[in-house]
Amino acid sequence: MADSTLKFKKLPDRDPPENTIGWIAWIRDNLFSSTTNTLTTLIFVYLFYLYIPPFIEWAIINANISGTDRSVCDANKSGACWTFIKVRLEQLLFGLYFASNPEQIWRPIVAFSVFGMLIVPLVIDKTPYKKWLLLALLMLYPVLFICIVYGGVFGIPVSDTGQWGGLLLTFALSFVGIIVALPLGILLALGRRSEMPIVKMMSVTYIEFWRGTPLITILFMASVMLPLFFPSGVDFDKVVRAMIGITLFQSAYTAEAVRGGLQAIDKGQNEASMALGMGYWRRTILIILPQALKISIPSIVNTFIALFKDTSLVSIIGLLDLLKMAQNSSRSLDWNGYDIEGYLFAGFVFWIFCYGMSSYSQKLERKLDTDRRVE
Amino acid sequence: MKSTKIPLHRNPKLRSFALQASLLLLVAHALFSVYQTTVSNLEARGIKTSTSFFDEVAPFKVGYSPFLEFKLGETTYIEVFFIGVLNTLLVAVLGILAATFLGFFIGVMRTSQNWLASKCALFYVETFRNMPLLLQIMFWNFAIFLAFLPPPKQSIEMGLFFLNSRGLHTPIPVIQNHLLSTIWFGFIFASFVGAFVFATWSKKRFESTGKSLPVFLISVSFIIAVSYISFVILGSPLGIDIPVLGKFNFKGGGQLPLPLFSLWFALTIYTSAFIAENVRAGISSISKGQVEAARSIGLTRAQMVKMIILPQALRVVIPPTISQYLNLTKNSSLAIAVGFEEVVAVWANISLNQTGQALIIIAMTIVFYECCSLFTSFILNIYNKRVQITER
Repeated sequence: MADSTLKFKKLPDRDPPENTIGWIAWIRDNLFSSTTNTLTTLIFVYLFYLYIPPFIEWAIINANISGTDRSVCDANKSGACWTFIKVRLEQLLFGLYFASNPEQIWRPIVAFSVFGMLIVPLVIDKTPYKKWLLLALLMLYPVLFICIVYGGVFGIPVSDTGQWGGLLLTFALSFVGIIVALPLGILLALGRRSEMPIVKMMSVTYIEFWRGTPLITILFMASVMLPLFFPSGVDFDKVVRAMIGITLFQSAYTAEAVRGGLQAIDKGQNEASMALGMGYWRRTILIILPQALKISIPSIVNTFIALFKDTSLVSIIGLLDLLKMAQNSSRSLDWNGYDIEGYLFAGFVFWIFCYGMSSYSQKLERKLDTDRRVE
Repeated sequence: MKSTKIPLHRNPKLRSFALQASLLLLVAHALFSVYQTTVSNLEARGIKTSTSFFDEVAPFKVGYSPFLEFKLGETTYIEVFFIGVLNTLLVAVLGILAATFLGFFIGVMRTSQNWLASKCALFYVETFRNMPLLLQIMFWNFAIFLAFLPPPKQSIEMGLFFLNSRGLHTPIPVIQNHLLSTIWFGFIFASFVGAFVFATWSKKRFESTGKSLPVFLISVSFIIAVSYISFVILGSPLGIDIPVLGKFNFKGGGQLPLPLFSLWFALTIYTSAFIAENVRAGISSISKGQVEAARSIGLTRAQMVKMIILPQALRVVIPPTISQYLNLTKNSSLAIAVGFEEVVAVWANISLNQTGQALIIIAMTIVFYECCSLFTSFILNIYNKRVQITER
């Protein structure tokens, strides 16, 4: 019979048309899809042609990296002077004290490496025991940092905070600001959401006061007025004053970030835990905060980024942070005139940290947000 | 029935009252004792906290004060404060205008179909957003402008603007006849009122009949026509003062000295990166369904942008952008690094060092910024109330 010949036979799929796949189609879709699109592409290509080759020539091809003094750079002015950065690298990263005591330089290096070893697994998704790592970073690491960098224990010579500088100081200022401001900020955010009118009013006043004032005014206040606030005899050195100012400032911003998370929690969570007979603190610590903090991590990280950049303002009140170090080095007699290299290096270091943090927070935001949006 | 009485220490009302009262007492006590210690500490250093120094003559020079006249040996401290405030407001306004235009441009470029344009905008945003503003200000001022801008003789010409190592020279309008120029401003105001009335009328007509007019185009051409015609009829009551190259420097016109120019430049670039990000977020916050629905009811592209996309996108874009304006104003205090004379530099720094009146001076500076901040949140609240989606 014929039925055996009528059997359906699947033909192999044909390839998609040549002009819809591969890089040619991609270029056509993304660069030349219409007249305006083509025109835009051409304009950009022309601009690239104008600016990128000269920059690469200056920064890489003609750049100087050999030697240990400015004679090399002065001989070849057509390229960047990375020799300057190479020679001053230790000062820029660790400050004057550690740069001038080579036998001590392991201290900041160890401090930075331990930080790196703690933070890298934290940002990787699948690390086990993340909670413990985070706890170690927030609780144990500061102790370790003080022991190693400040010294005074285990026979490590003391390096006073006044001698800290460069990236080390920038790091210390922002780290203190971040970890001290976090609990303060959480308390303030809870206060702002509180039902007690006076607590609420105080939190709002505190938050809005610090948020309304520029950090530089606060730093002036910390460096000029802090000694006046205390009975004579009580005094802090400059770095600690800046840390106090930065922490107070940062706590207000952290509070607002946490408040965003608190607002996103459904009322039912609170009501359900009340119905179970939990008190305020148990409700808050066991039910509300774990959910709220998780949601607010991206915005908390964003306040970290802002703080990390803002620590550069301490250079105005005379601390030798990374920015001031770069500026001073490029104004010193040895390297006078190589400002661009100094600023570019400092900017690049800041950029790496901030970009890293912002990509992490964007990744988290994408993970938390699953809406369908217009491209 | 046995009534279980709540013990006193477990009564929530009483507990909350006791807690708040003790907190209030504690904070009030702390603040008061800090105030007392501060005043007595200042007195121990020979500084009596009072506002009498306001009327003393300031012994230093303020180089840039376009709105109030500065005379060394006559200008008092309180006038220096106002000069500083006005300079801050000047750079804030200039920065806000420029950053808004640049930010919208970059933000729209970021959502462009063109891959190169979109990636360039991304590069711009990620570069300038992730570096400290202070570093950028110093970079532009010291490493680029001071090092590479030509002396006045070889100024870079941009139309009527001249850029050189002293700063940017701009043309400024000059009032030639007071009465006539007032009348002219009156005409412009009247044309704005006319355009507003027209817009209201055409909106009403659209709602009742469905017929629409190109309102924006008509209003703009109406305002331009009225102001131009009245300007000619009144015989040009305003003139332009163009900067002219003298023997050593430019004369006439307005001037943005180099510190102000670099500050403005850096603030604009830094803030525009943030505004661009807001604009991108606003555009991509519109869900696909909105666009598809607009297409399916047959709206043209222009209608869709005007009636569906813009109202919803602006709702997302404007609030964070207004906060950016406040940030820009606060960030202008970094001028101190390049020596532009705004309020922190002349008041919280120089005047404070001269008089030692730390308490009053810092308080006034903070109050000024708090006023800016309160004003911003006032505007934001009004806006948020207006655009709030009315739900059931």
